[in-house]
Amino acid sequence: MPEPALPPDTSQGSGPMPEPMLDVVGLHKTYPGDGRPVEAVRDLTFRLEHGEFVCVVGPSGCGKTTLLKCLAGLMAPTSGRVELAGRPVTGPPADLAVVFQEYGRSLFPWLTVRANVELPLIEKGTGKARRRELVEESLAAVGLSGSADAHPWQLSGGMQQRVAIARAVAYEPAVLLMDEPFAAVDAQTRGDLEDLVRDIWRRLDVTVLFVTHDIDEAVYLGQRVLVLSAAPTVLQEEVRVDLPEERDQLDTRKDPRFAELRAWAYAEIQRAKADVHRSGAGPRE
Amino acid sequence: MTAAPAARTSDARTSGAAPAAAHPALLGTAGALVFLALWEAAPRTGLVDARALPPLSAVVPELVDRASGAAYWIAVGDTVAAAGLGLAIALAAALALGFAVGSVPVLRAYTASTVEFLRPIPSVALIPVAVLLYATDIRSTLLLVVYASFWQIYIQVLYGVADIDPVVEQTARSFRFGRAARVRHVIWPSALPYVLTGVRLGAAVALILAVTAQLVIGSPGLGKQIQAAQAGGAVPAVYALILTTGALGVLVNVGVRALERRVLRWHPAVRGEAPV
Ligand SMILES: Nc1ncnc2c1ncn2[C@@H]1O[C@H](COP(=O)(O)OP(=O)(O)OP(=O)(O)O)[C@@H](O)[C@H]1O
Ligand SMILES: [Mg+2]
Repeated sequence: MPEPALPPDTSQGSGPMPEPMLDVVGLHKTYPGDGRPVEAVRDLTFRLEHGEFVCVVGPSGCGKTTLLKCLAGLMAPTSGRVELAGRPVTGPPADLAVVFQEYGRSLFPWLTVRANVELPLIEKGTGKARRRELVEESLAAVGLSGSADAHPWQLSGGMQQRVAIARAVAYEPAVLLMDEPFAAVDAQTRGDLEDLVRDIWRRLDVTVLFVTHDIDEAVYLGQRVLVLSAAPTVLQEEVRVDLPEERDQLDTRKDPRFAELRAWAYAEIQRAKADVHRSGAGPRE
Repeated sequence: MTAAPAARTSDARTSGAAPAAAHPALLGTAGALVFLALWEAAPRTGLVDARALPPLSAVVPELVDRASGAAYWIAVGDTVAAAGLGLAIALAAALALGFAVGSVPVLRAYTASTVEFLRPIPSVALIPVAVLLYATDIRSTLLLVVYASFWQIYIQVLYGVADIDPVVEQTARSFRFGRAARVRHVIWPSALPYVLTGVRLGAAVALILAVTAQLVIGSPGLGKQIQAAQAGGAVPAVYALILTTGALGVLVNVGVRALERRVLRWHPAVRGEAPV
């Protein structure tokens, strides 16, 4: 794999490496199935540095959700290991939050928006005053201060997804995992939510792993894009997105570099689908 | 009818009914009126024997008469108390057992065949046992009521505990909810619609069994009164008491439905739309 161009502030090479936020080594997952085991993830090794925003793309069914569940400690990998800030993940870690793809089902319908955001904080043992602060802040961040007393089912799909994001953000995780969070919202809402997530990432000191099937979205959002191969899944390719930090739905997407990166990622996915396990040329500077 | 347009607009909003359709409540009332008219007409025209089925006009005065005496209300109270207490015991037991068994798959499989055997046993088959144990004491009635309504609720609780959205479950796990928090904030609200259905079914069964036990065993209540009226040849009184039990049944059902609407405001079936 060609070494993608790195920003100058990232040290890589000799000398003591900073401890990665998320370290995935030789992750393998085979579902037992009913007599017919399904190998969802063959061998994945990658790491996320502190404060990175990394997107994962790959063909449908290649094991992206499986990967995420292993990282979140919701499922034990068959082999390999996952470490969060140096500690092995054996169950759901304290400083990690997940935004599930099925936002409509992941919110508790019997609770108000405010209670949905607050409940994990209560369970975490956060004090009352701090809880109120966090709930207000996170709802304000996603622009839902006015809907705090509504129930999730009284909101539109995009608003529900924002509640799910607010809930994860209020939890103050060090790592935020998001599984195709915008797959089911319209293009306009999607653009807004993308900017929202980037904005939150930049303001809070959080490491984000963002799974999507949308190449444009991956390139627009991430600092790095991991391309997974088709099942049995390995890391097919990886590219550093050298777009300016300041991203804008119109300007960034018009940037010739953006077009280049997305074309490259698109070709990689096509190659992944064709199941060619050989690394190709990365985009030229 | 002058009220029709107003009724139609409110109906169209909730169910999108065809504009020509009458309000369901009006239809229901009309149906009941026809039924009562038939009741009145059948014995009068000689279609049925008036000694077996006296006309409504003979039953209503009897009911009014009885309702003005204390004995009637004591009997109503006894029946409601037996059914209510039995239902409460059944509910408590079904919740405790259902949550325990339902959340441990092995235990659930282990008890499944026993449940399938015990559940269909008609409660009335236990009358001899009840008499043997408690004679005509209220506990006889309770035994039958509890047995019958327990299964109705227990089965629903088992379904409810099993029907937890995996996404909700994973959400709770990823936020590290403890066992107690999972029961309180995830399992309980998810199972609640089932529990209330169980209560509605169980309440109907409890009332039936309370009256049956009183009728057959002779423990105090409406059933015993019916038995006494029948023995004394007071046929209109028998029907007056039967009407009373029917009214109780309707009240219980209306009550539990109101409770469902209140407690399950968030539920798709209650808010009248499909889930997202
Ligand atoms: N619980 C399970 N038991 C058995 N096989 C499973 C299970 N969950 C997923 N799989 C299989 O594992 C593979 C990867 O599934 P996964 O849901 O991780 O894919 P994905 O990349 O998230 O797909 P998509 O983009 O469509 O969401 C699929 O072949 C799927 O059939
Ligand atoms: Mg998936």
